[in-house]
Amino acid sequence: MSKVEEAKQRKNKKKKMRLVFRSSILLVLLAAVVFVLVSNFNKDKTVIGVGADAPNFKLQQMNGDGGELALDDLKGKGVMLNFWATYCGPCKDEMPYMESLYPEYKEKGVEILAVSLDSTDLVVDRFIDDYELSFPIVRDNGGQVLELYDVGELPSTLFINENGEVVEKVSGPLSLDRLEGYLQQIVPQ
Amino acid sequence: MKKIICESCGHENPEGTVLCGACGKPIENNQHIDGNQSGKLLNMRYEGSARRSQTHNKSIIDKIWNFFSSVKVGVTLIVITLIASAVGTIFPQEMYIPPNVNPAQHYADQYGILGKIYYQLGFHNLYSSWWYMILIAMIGTSIIIASLDRVVPLYKALKMQKPKRHTSFLQRQRLFSKTESVSKEDMETVAAKLKSQRYKLTEEDGHILAEKGRFSRWGPYVNHIGLIVFLLGALLRFVPFLYIDDYVWVREGDTVVVPETDQQYYVKNEEFIIETYDEQDKRYQAAIKKQGGSVPSNYQTDAVIYKASNASVAGEDPELEVVKEGSIQVNKPIKFDGFALYQSSYQLDEFKTMTFKIHETEDEEEEALTSFTVDLTNPEYEYELDNGFRVVIDQYFPEYYLDDGSPASKSKYPRNPAFVFFVYPPNEDSPEVSFAGIGRNVDATGENDYKVGLQNFEVRDVTGLTVKKDYTLPFIALGGLIFMIGVIQGMYWQHRRVWIHPSESGVWLAAHTNKNWYGIKRDIEKAIDGTEVKMVQDQQELDE
Repeated sequence: MSKVEEAKQRKNKKKKMRLVFRSSILLVLLAAVVFVLVSNFNKDKTVIGVGADAPNFKLQQMNGDGGELALDDLKGKGVMLNFWATYCGPCKDEMPYMESLYPEYKEKGVEILAVSLDSTDLVVDRFIDDYELSFPIVRDNGGQVLELYDVGELPSTLFINENGEVVEKVSGPLSLDRLEGYLQQIVPQ
Repeated sequence: MKKIICESCGHENPEGTVLCGACGKPIENNQHIDGNQSGKLLNMRYEGSARRSQTHNKSIIDKIWNFFSSVKVGVTLIVITLIASAVGTIFPQEMYIPPNVNPAQHYADQYGILGKIYYQLGFHNLYSSWWYMILIAMIGTSIIIASLDRVVPLYKALKMQKPKRHTSFLQRQRLFSKTESVSKEDMETVAAKLKSQRYKLTEEDGHILAEKGRFSRWGPYVNHIGLIVFLLGALLRFVPFLYIDDYVWVREGDTVVVPETDQQYYVKNEEFIIETYDEQDKRYQAAIKKQGGSVPSNYQTDAVIYKASNASVAGEDPELEVVKEGSIQVNKPIKFDGFALYQSSYQLDEFKTMTFKIHETEDEEEEALTSFTVDLTNPEYEYELDNGFRVVIDQYFPEYYLDDGSPASKSKYPRNPAFVFFVYPPNEDSPEVSFAGIGRNVDATGENDYKVGLQNFEVRDVTGLTVKKDYTLPFIALGGLIFMIGVIQGMYWQHRRVWIHPSESGVWLAAHTNKNWYGIKRDIEKAIDGTEVKMVQDQQELDE
């Protein structure tokens, strides 16, 4: 090999090294930027989103037979999990819709579970009597379930399929039509 | 890559070299790079070494690299970021506007069209907006790449510099003198005296380089490493394991779960205390008067921290074990398992219990026939009273207001409690309906024989605690420390060099420093003291 060729080879090697070095540094920096942007974007998102497994909780049922009600007890059924409170106007508005659809969808294997964030049993009980609600209502006494599901806005509703997976998540009030549409999605196959 | 062979010493320099790495002779075709064409003095930045970024521009990677390598680009990015940061302070950030308002609406209402633009461009959440973050990231990238691109050639150049320099290099140094005839002893004296001033001497064929404080040249790069560590620390704040910043309200007597602890920790508010400076104390009187009222001296929450000892399902009452008891004061948090709870807000006098009395409507004295106390956190449905009275709570509104004429509650917190009572007088089966609240007792029918009136109440305070966990502080502190070391290194030391170049019968003296020219002149004055060697002249001053 001539000296010129040798030098050429050395040069090429060096060039390649430089490209690898620069590319890898740029790649690391790009990865850091993507990491920051993605984490920042996800920061305000609720922990339990669409596609996630709905975590279990256990609360005292306020109506019906009373007793403890755990979300896991409802495995195998579709579950509409509604977060509400008596001091939330739009929550109150959608309650009659839920009540009107409940018997039909209970037949089809869908359970409606409403978690109240009120601070006293009394107000919830009086509300249940007032609105004649028959679907199970529980009260999140210590706010643990609220914290677990990281619910921001009231009302918030999660539609969970028979496998315990969140299919749909709705923040804000629901109309009767939309409610029915979502309920159809979680009817067990 | 082309090599440039120095005409004078034969040293092989990489393309883009301004001053020969070995002897310092200006490379003829490259003088434009550092603006050396006009003017007598040489620009000594980066020792005239080749910054590859300025010459090589082939693949896309090289182009990106060279973009970030440019100091001009870096400075521009910093200026843009500074301007954006300043604009971000014109209107309040979103976290400082009242909660429960729609930000889009709020900015438009409060600040008009400018507020609307401000909101739409994301200035309301500037410091976590994606474009601000990208700016910061680009500054970080620029710091890393620009430093790498400069520190390597600079290091090489300083490492291989030769004592024997080309005459044109020496003549064009800022400090320079020519002495026609000098004895050998004098030259040795100068060298020895420089050595005694802690200069390091290297010699080649009688040519001497005296150098000190070279390490100060690394100051800016050390400083940049500090900045990078600092930015990395800030980056780590996005890892929830390392950084948590949340908030919790706790009412006196209540125990609530501490957010972000996976339902593991609970905090109980035993008591919230506000203390004020003693108005009788002469030391404080003037200040209190100036303030126009009492001045708080202490905000304190006496708290108990519990750990849930059984792995319970959310919503189930956990078994709690006391972890810590103590008081939280401003800047004196309670700490447990990496978490710290800081005192940050409070609300005074939320209603806790209300005692109502029943009296005859006719009775102007309103003498209590009987009374009952409602615990607002857990009201009973029915109260059996003395004298045969029975009271049923039909409705309870914790924060009462009229919603289109019908009573409703704004929240679950008893800030303005009101009740609809069914009062069953002794031996009666049909109740009288009474509405009672703060400053209200309304007889719904106007035919009631008995009235319900507020007799007494108890209040409690609510404390607002910030939940913090921050493992990123050590990184940020380390970054700050390295930054400071770099600054000190570059500011308090200077890289001083003196070249002693023997000519036929005399000597040439040239000197360079990166700052503090006065200092190096004094060093040289001391060194030539008592010899024939002429003092260097400041050629820059001569030009002016």
